[in-house]
Amino acid sequence: MRDAIADVVRDGDTVAIEGFTHLISFAAGHEIIRQRKRDLTLARLTPDLIYDQMIAAGVARKLIFSWLGNPGVGGLGAIRRRVEPATSGGPADGPAGLPRLEVEEYSHFGMVGRYTAGAANLPFYPIRSYFETDLPGANPLIREIDSPYGDGKVFAVPPLKPDVTIVHAQRADAAGNTQIWGLLGCQKEAAFAAERVIVVVEELVDESVIRADPNRTVIPGLIVDAVVVEPFGAHPSYVQGAYDRDNRFYLDWDAITKDEDAIQAWLREWVFGVDGRAAYREKLGAQRVAALQPGSAPSGSVDYGSYR
Amino acid sequence: MSETQPATFSKNEMMIVAAARELAGQRVCFVGVGLPNIAVNLAQRTVAPDLELVYEAGVFGARPSRLPLSIGDPTIVTGATAVTSMYELFSFYLQGGLIDVGFLGAAQIDRFGNLNSTVIGDYDAPTTRLPGSGGACEIAINARQVFVIMRQSVRSFVERIDFRTSPGNLGGAEQSERIRRQQGWLGRGPSVVVTDLAVWHFGDDGEMRVDSLHPGVTLDEFRATVGWEPKIAPNLETTPAPSDEELRLIREELDPGGAYTR
Repeated sequence: MRDAIADVVRDGDTVAIEGFTHLISFAAGHEIIRQRKRDLTLARLTPDLIYDQMIAAGVARKLIFSWLGNPGVGGLGAIRRRVEPATSGGPADGPAGLPRLEVEEYSHFGMVGRYTAGAANLPFYPIRSYFETDLPGANPLIREIDSPYGDGKVFAVPPLKPDVTIVHAQRADAAGNTQIWGLLGCQKEAAFAAERVIVVVEELVDESVIRADPNRTVIPGLIVDAVVVEPFGAHPSYVQGAYDRDNRFYLDWDAITKDEDAIQAWLREWVFGVDGRAAYREKLGAQRVAALQPGSAPSGSVDYGSYR
Repeated sequence: MSETQPATFSKNEMMIVAAARELAGQRVCFVGVGLPNIAVNLAQRTVAPDLELVYEAGVFGARPSRLPLSIGDPTIVTGATAVTSMYELFSFYLQGGLIDVGFLGAAQIDRFGNLNSTVIGDYDAPTTRLPGSGGACEIAINARQVFVIMRQSVRSFVERIDFRTSPGNLGGAEQSERIRRQQGWLGRGPSVVVTDLAVWHFGDDGEMRVDSLHPGVTLDEFRATVGWEPKIAPNLETTPAPSDEELRLIREELDPGGAYTR
């Protein structure tokens, strides 16, 4: 992980760590914090705990998003303190001398459309959202356009092409051919839209495993720059079939995030205080890890047939 | 019934039960963040067993075996009819016109059912930064009708919302119908608002009208939580109290930790 982040992520980059609740690469986010990357633009539909942590650590200057929160629990204090003048203590500056966070806001479909346009090399993506809302007023990049076929108006969103997209997945082979099951979010679109891609996996498998089930391949190795094997790298988010969301962590974060000192202490202990995911996992304890193990619900298998 | 069965339920439980009952007869429901999540899961276990739950995370036909901790929980995947990309979900299922009910929460609502979940105060210097649209904006525009569930207070039921995240009946039925027709929206707009105090529907003028108050709620108490002079149905009723089975499902199966009902 250390080498992948050092080689692929550069100061000033637009970085998308995607994954809708499922498969969020906390391990990559923590490594970005440890390497003290700066001036990043962080893109993600749902900036949740990992972006709250990264923004508290001062790696970002801008956030591109569509829903901001601790899913099912509450708010994100580090981000809020850098966008609300009252809680950040003044109109110009956030806590700890960090400047106000620049925000660029869409809806979910707007963000998905942005990645889709980026991946497909289109100048914009048209959607039937935003009518009669204040969102285009808040974000001038959302623009109303006439259908060229004379049948009404739609809204256009611009392509989003991250410098780096980081995706956590169940498995990949050494070439980066990556398979995901469970919620797919918009990882495929975000990966194809990106200049560079890091895939972080629970398990490295032989190419034959990928080829035995090609329908499950979401990202081809062709667009992957680095494959990192990092079991438990999505904790406290979850990996379908491998470990459940550690909801205790999400609940605990609600108190930590409200207090700038508590966040900085947490970062010192759990990010700067460990050298990587293996140490993080050990620190968390075998009992807590084991409690996240789900029961079993295997898919059937299909027969692709052999055609010689 | 309430004489022989003393009220031993919370306002939040009443709200969730009343919201679930409104889903009777509905087929395909897009489930928003927060309170809608528990209401639809109760509905699937009571009045609407065939309800297809659609989650913006990319699931059609969820059959959650536990209450999802969030709308991206792994239990909405295991046993579902289909898992899709978010692109497919928003493009084909929602914008393609397959959603009967979009079920939303919000921080502020006005008398015409326009919703704010973005900011309190000025957008550029908010007093409170809220989560933002997520999928709410496109659900409000593209779902055939919209149900809203939220707690009622003078801070949330306001004369003028601070930011319009999700359109309701705009400035009234006449304007809303004209704009929806002109711009080709699939949605007809909001039809139900369920709160911790009451059940509202919308009149022909596009304004909310309270049709029932929950047991124990007085009209004075109700009025004190609305930031405008609310329209009241001439035959105002009392919402039927939760049944033992509805309460058992909430307390034992759906929310034993009380995350939604405290």
